[in-house]
Amino acid sequence: MTEIFGVPIQALFGQLMLGLVNGSFYAVLSLGLAVIFGMLNIINFAHGALYMTGAMLAWVFLEYLGVGYWWSLVLAPLCVGLIGIAIERLMLQWLYKLDHLYGLLLTFGLALMIEGLFRDLYGVAGQPYSIPEEFAGAFNLGFMFLPKYRAWVVVASLTVCLATWYMIEKTRLGAYLRAATENPKLTQAFGINVPLMVMLTYGFGVGLAGFAGVLAAPASQVGPLMGSNLIIIVFAVVVIGGMGSILGSVVTGLGLGIIEGMTKVFWPEASSTVVFMIMAVVLMIRPAGLFGREK
Amino acid sequence: MSRRVSIAYLIGLGLLLLAPMFIYPILVMKVLCFALFACAFNLLLGYTGLLSFGHAVFLGSAAYVTGHALKVWELPTLLGLLAGTGAATLLGWIIGSLAIRRQGIYFAMVTLALAQMVFFFFLQAPFTGGEDGLQGVPRGSLFGLDLGKDINLYYLVLAIFAGSFWLIQRTIHSPFGQILKAIRENEPRAISLGYDVAKYKLLAFVLSAGLAGLAGATKTLVFKFATLTDAHWHTSGEVVLMTLLGGMGTVFGPVVGATVIVTLQNELADKVGSLVTVIMGAIFVICVLAFRRGIVGESLALYERMIGQKGR
Repeated sequence: MTEIFGVPIQALFGQLMLGLVNGSFYAVLSLGLAVIFGMLNIINFAHGALYMTGAMLAWVFLEYLGVGYWWSLVLAPLCVGLIGIAIERLMLQWLYKLDHLYGLLLTFGLALMIEGLFRDLYGVAGQPYSIPEEFAGAFNLGFMFLPKYRAWVVVASLTVCLATWYMIEKTRLGAYLRAATENPKLTQAFGINVPLMVMLTYGFGVGLAGFAGVLAAPASQVGPLMGSNLIIIVFAVVVIGGMGSILGSVVTGLGLGIIEGMTKVFWPEASSTVVFMIMAVVLMIRPAGLFGREK
Repeated sequence: MSRRVSIAYLIGLGLLLLAPMFIYPILVMKVLCFALFACAFNLLLGYTGLLSFGHAVFLGSAAYVTGHALKVWELPTLLGLLAGTGAATLLGWIIGSLAIRRQGIYFAMVTLALAQMVFFFFLQAPFTGGEDGLQGVPRGSLFGLDLGKDINLYYLVLAIFAGSFWLIQRTIHSPFGQILKAIRENEPRAISLGYDVAKYKLLAFVLSAGLAGLAGATKTLVFKFATLTDAHWHTSGEVVLMTLLGGMGTVFGPVVGATVIVTLQNELADKVGSLVTVIMGAIFVICVLAFRRGIVGESLALYERMIGQKGR
């Protein structure tokens, strides 16, 4: 068997792939955070909880209603998006004129509520969610086995990220969105319904989190706690990348996922902290983040 | 301290001196530890305008160091407390110097992420006992008094709390505290007046971390154990909630908030199980939406409105 730096090449590529999978989740989640922050000036602490909600919904759909993976992939993000719209209309819209910190505090409270509710209903233990038939098994690439589902997760996440980038940077709707981010009052004066756009942006952002949740369901266990630790890592990713650029957050997310995967191979003890260490270093060298601009 | 605050302080102190006759002392000590924790946090959020979302890590690290110093190194109680507080202060300096490089919302995220890093360190480090925590920490004795007796320990905890509370008041009303408030109100202005804002922020952060550490060290003494819960981000959220509920930027707000939350948790824990988290989250949401000045802040506003009407 071939080895690189004393590590079997299959283990190395295996972890590289796992890192890519985690990185795709970081990318989708930090993208959602960035889109929401751009429009609402709120850091959505409930992002992790809504990601978990997406996964739990997929599981509930399958368990109680017999709805399969593919329908869940559409329905669960839609439901999460609707929950998001309700949150925005009922609560967040009253906070826009206040200090940004209140948005963080409110969504933190929401995250606690959502997580506690699911914990009360389904317990702390994770539930298994089987991989859809189409993606059972693995490709044999000669030097390694590539599980089909992992490949799908990476492809699907990147497609969604690219589509979001295209929509925001290249379409008319995206142009309105960027205008409203830059100067909401002037945009409104031009006859564009900015509050509606804000509402839809929040719904879309958390819908992305729900989508990532459904993608994650077969890849890991589905449980009420799957979102809370992830969101803290995603916060670190956002601090490292800065929230100024969409492609920047995607690249940072993927890159950090890969670095984390490699750390699991070469220095396992540090694998859970490596992202935070990188954040500390970035703060020392480039406080505004890799793709951020100092305001 | 203003006269009104001094009177309230003395009345509160008198009540607390008598409290163990009526209430289970361990519960009051728990409230006092968390009240000190919340007061330390309020120094940062309420008076400097910095929202740290990782303050539990100072509580937790001091709890572990004190526990380790008393149990393994068998240091005297007072030195154990000092060791824990010192460790938290040092950690506060490290985390603070990194975090103050970013402002506002990023500051909150950076402190949360760095705290999570330390949390993972505690999870893996051999001296913390991992998931089991550090148990059976001896309380020792002080000036010949056996602290194993709850009532003796109670008066030590009360002395620590009263002293720290007084120190925080002195800080707030000192010229240093005035500069902190200036930074909270208008940071660019404070900079243009020639103040080295970063230095003041860091000093406030270190002071707050050290006092939070003192609370954690004292807590280990009370419960005779230190666990991962102390350093978990849930605890960081709790201290934010206590301060918000009581009233941030008020003198007695954090004390009131800590009392309400600790009592609530104590009462609800057996009755509703995991729904406690839901209730805490709901209180958060209600506070932010309708009750931003907190219990003390809203009462003061109400009181002033009544006075105003009488005067007319």
